[in-house]
Amino acid sequence: MTQLLVIFLAAAFTENILLARFLGMCSFLAISRQMKTSVGLGAAVVFVTTFTAAINWLLHTYVMVPLGIEFLELIVFIVVIAAFVQLVEMIIERFSPSLYFSLGIFLPLITVNCAILGVSLFMLNKEGFRFWESLVFGFGSGVGWLLAIVLMAGIREQIKEDKIPAGLRGSGITLIITGIIALAFVAFSGMIK
Amino acid sequence: MSFKDTLGGRALIGNLWRDNPVFRQVLGICSALAVTNLLKNTLLMCGGLVFTAALSNFTVSLLRKTIPKQVRMMVQVLIIAAYVIIVDIFIRAQFPEIHKTIGPYVGLIITNCIIMGRAEAFASKNPAWPSLLDGIGAGLGYSMVLIVIAVFREALGFGTLMGIPLPARDIWWYQWTIMVMPPGAFFMLALVAWFGNSYVLKKEGGAK
Repeated sequence: MTQLLVIFLAAAFTENILLARFLGMCSFLAISRQMKTSVGLGAAVVFVTTFTAAINWLLHTYVMVPLGIEFLELIVFIVVIAAFVQLVEMIIERFSPSLYFSLGIFLPLITVNCAILGVSLFMLNKEGFRFWESLVFGFGSGVGWLLAIVLMAGIREQIKEDKIPAGLRGSGITLIITGIIALAFVAFSGMIK
Repeated sequence: MSFKDTLGGRALIGNLWRDNPVFRQVLGICSALAVTNLLKNTLLMCGGLVFTAALSNFTVSLLRKTIPKQVRMMVQVLIIAAYVIIVDIFIRAQFPEIHKTIGPYVGLIITNCIIMGRAEAFASKNPAWPSLLDGIGAGLGYSMVLIVIAVFREALGFGTLMGIPLPARDIWWYQWTIMVMPPGAFFMLALVAWFGNSYVLKKEGGAK
């Protein structure tokens, strides 16, 4: 149990997928302009990373390793992610049209979000992960991404009206603020040994 | 007609400077920013990127009349993935030490927006030869930015270049650790975006 908690905290804070590993930057820079959409996309990312990490772990351990086809892991992972996102989209559309409309546009975006594939690849990099560890790692990573984009959206909404040098507007100032948030997150590194 | 005016020549040169995606929109940085704290890792990553961008563009272009419209995204992803696997296996075999640190990022070249973007925007509509050059241009233009960032980060953060200590190291320059940590990459990229945007704004302002 403690082990799982440590994995969660490490994935969400000390090894934050966005602030420490630079993954999912494209959608982060583009979407973080508004709080509401950021929360929506963040929630979708949490959901998808959790399950794709678990599915990919199962496939890797029980199919690819026994057959000796680990070199295909990239192709298998990307197909699993695309198929999973498509499936989730269909299920949500069928059972909860209101959620579909609020989340719907973000789901296709997620397939190309490198954070999702990144979580699966980093999961394999960690040795000795079993099923639950992988699931928690996926969940923690997603929560870390959600945290980062929500923080960013909050700050960007505050500085919307401020005077910023023309060349820094948009991506420039966002990257500087991301750097400062990342600096703050460095302070978490003492939390977990 | 000189090389510069051919379709392929324009694609190659335009991607290097005028339409450089990193300057203009800060696209496709995900998979590569993380490796910019050491120049050696960056060069390896850039080599992989240029290789993948060029050959996937070439292949997508050759198959552009064969691939049905509805499934073209999926086919493009699979073509890109095939080349990334080649790069991954090559790095794993030749540089096992480096592969341990940058391994997952090599796999992430698949989701790099620039490679997918060039395949969709250029290679799926143009002949094979210009597409190959377009891919090389996109890869090199992108590498240029990464190499600049890597040179600064390694020199300021470790006091070395390609692992070789610079003369000033430990004499009047001490390691600026923040540069090799993640925040340093964000600050460096912000500066690059600032210069790039200011340049574009100035040019557009001057044209009016």
